[in-house]
Amino acid sequence: MSDLDDLYQELILDHKRHPRNFRDMPDATRAVDGHNPLCGDQLRLFVKVANGRIEDVSFIGVGCAISMASASMLTEAVMGKTVQEAQRLFADMHDLLTRNPSGSDPAELGNLGALAGVHEYPMRVKCATLSWHTLDTALNSDDDVVTTE
Amino acid sequence: MQRPSLAGDCEEFMTSSNEPMTASDWDLASVRRDFPILEQSVHGHPLAYLDNAATTQKPRVVLDAMDAYYRCDNANVHRGVHALAERATGAFEAARESVRRFINARSSREIVFVRGTTEAINLVASSFGQGLREGDEVIISAMEHHANIVPWQLLRERSGIVLRVLPITPAGELDFDRLPGLFTSRTRLLAITHVSNALGTVNPVRELIAEARGHGVPVLLDGAQALPHLRVDVRALDCDFYAFSGHKLFGPTGIGVLYGRESLLETLPPYQGGGEMIRTVSFAKTTFAGLPYRFEAGTPDISGAIGLGRAIEYLETLDWEAATAYEARLLEHATACLQDVPGLRIVGQARHKVALVSFVMEDVHPHDMGTILDRRGLAVRAGHHCAMPVMSYYGVPATTRASMAFYNTFEEIDRLAEALRYARELLA
Repeated sequence: MSDLDDLYQELILDHKRHPRNFRDMPDATRAVDGHNPLCGDQLRLFVKVANGRIEDVSFIGVGCAISMASASMLTEAVMGKTVQEAQRLFADMHDLLTRNPSGSDPAELGNLGALAGVHEYPMRVKCATLSWHTLDTALNSDDDVVTTE
Repeated sequence: MQRPSLAGDCEEFMTSSNEPMTASDWDLASVRRDFPILEQSVHGHPLAYLDNAATTQKPRVVLDAMDAYYRCDNANVHRGVHALAERATGAFEAARESVRRFINARSSREIVFVRGTTEAINLVASSFGQGLREGDEVIISAMEHHANIVPWQLLRERSGIVLRVLPITPAGELDFDRLPGLFTSRTRLLAITHVSNALGTVNPVRELIAEARGHGVPVLLDGAQALPHLRVDVRALDCDFYAFSGHKLFGPTGIGVLYGRESLLETLPPYQGGGEMIRTVSFAKTTFAGLPYRFEAGTPDISGAIGLGRAIEYLETLDWEAATAYEARLLEHATACLQDVPGLRIVGQARHKVALVSFVMEDVHPHDMGTILDRRGLAVRAGHHCAMPVMSYYGVPATTRASMAFYNTFEEIDRLAEALRYARELLA
């Protein structure tokens, strides 16, 4: 089952079992719902942005291991980053998960590189990108809901 | 991967419950040979196709019939006097006759070809719906597929009808005692599923129809999940509409049937306008064709109808009693095996079910489950099964569903149970 191990790497399973920053945020500056109707992944992403910097980020929700781990890893990755840095990371993650050949090397993405195995599972890519699209919406638009469909 | 110890119980169960099922009862090997797609490997494992409620596989004879039609007989139907047109029309109408015989309709005028169950229900909501006024009521149930919810909601938006919903019980059965209270003087239709696609429940349709008759209300049955497992006699049932899909009945996609009682169909306005459904057209006035053509505008899915007709003829060659008994054993085996899997909960435990098991597992999301099972060659459905109200009733976002047909094997169920144990070990 080595191929499944590529998808469900230990780091991803750890985030699935113990999601980081899994909490409500009453003083968030933005709260956006992400929804993947295909499989029922639902999450709410909270960000607190001040002076162009993400001071706090958290999420709550239910979903598959990939969507939950991806959201958890996202919060660790963008915590304390500037909005611009987070947007660059979103673009890099998008390239990684959709295997854009001109994208960056997974090795440069640190822990997030663990999600690279998802691209072998076309039906699951949306699970991994959901939280990132939700973040993108939180940072760039006034929409309160984002859906993968 | 070591075989988990509990899987042994499955085998034990199988031997103990597997009373003599001889080849003369159900010739599984021979039936499986009729379905060429089953002979393949997926991710290095033999395919175990357990997604039959989504769509069934097609026997070789269906594929051959459709291929032969396109190779030898292709022409438009009911037009032209050349040989090919006559052959195409003959084959198309023979398929309609096969459908009529299969469900024991009185007349082939009662057999309307549509794209599938969804279009059949939309046809009723559109044509029958034109006769409904604001405040008129339609009763559905809480276990409907979206195809028997949304068309009525669209009609509600157009005409202001009222939708009443018969609740279900925790076991996944209709709360039948609540039905009489739902009928009022404004009730115009009971539209309800024969078999639940998400739970496998077989509904007591005779009793439902009897209750509706008592109130003078016609009944539409969604038979998409019923016909692959049960023989249906629309005259014995005395239902007014019966809708089903070809592709869930071992036929092709894109073709389905609306059975409608002739006296009722006669009163309905056309569904779509176009060719085929008219008698004469002038700019001043158009007169419409008789049944069933009034409801079949445009060139129909000719090869689809021929494929469906052939699928029905194939089913008629099978020993249906043996097939039904075999499916009951598959369900019994699957239920026993899955109940033994740690952390697994079966959703839908009605007393009368078709061979379908919907379940959730602690700490394993159905979508992960679907991926893990796929890697072992097990094709199941993970999701809301187009029945979101059922999911919300049980408080789950989705379930994993293993739905069986008469060509599935006990060994496939054992592989499923073993893979479920592995999934829990991996993710929990």
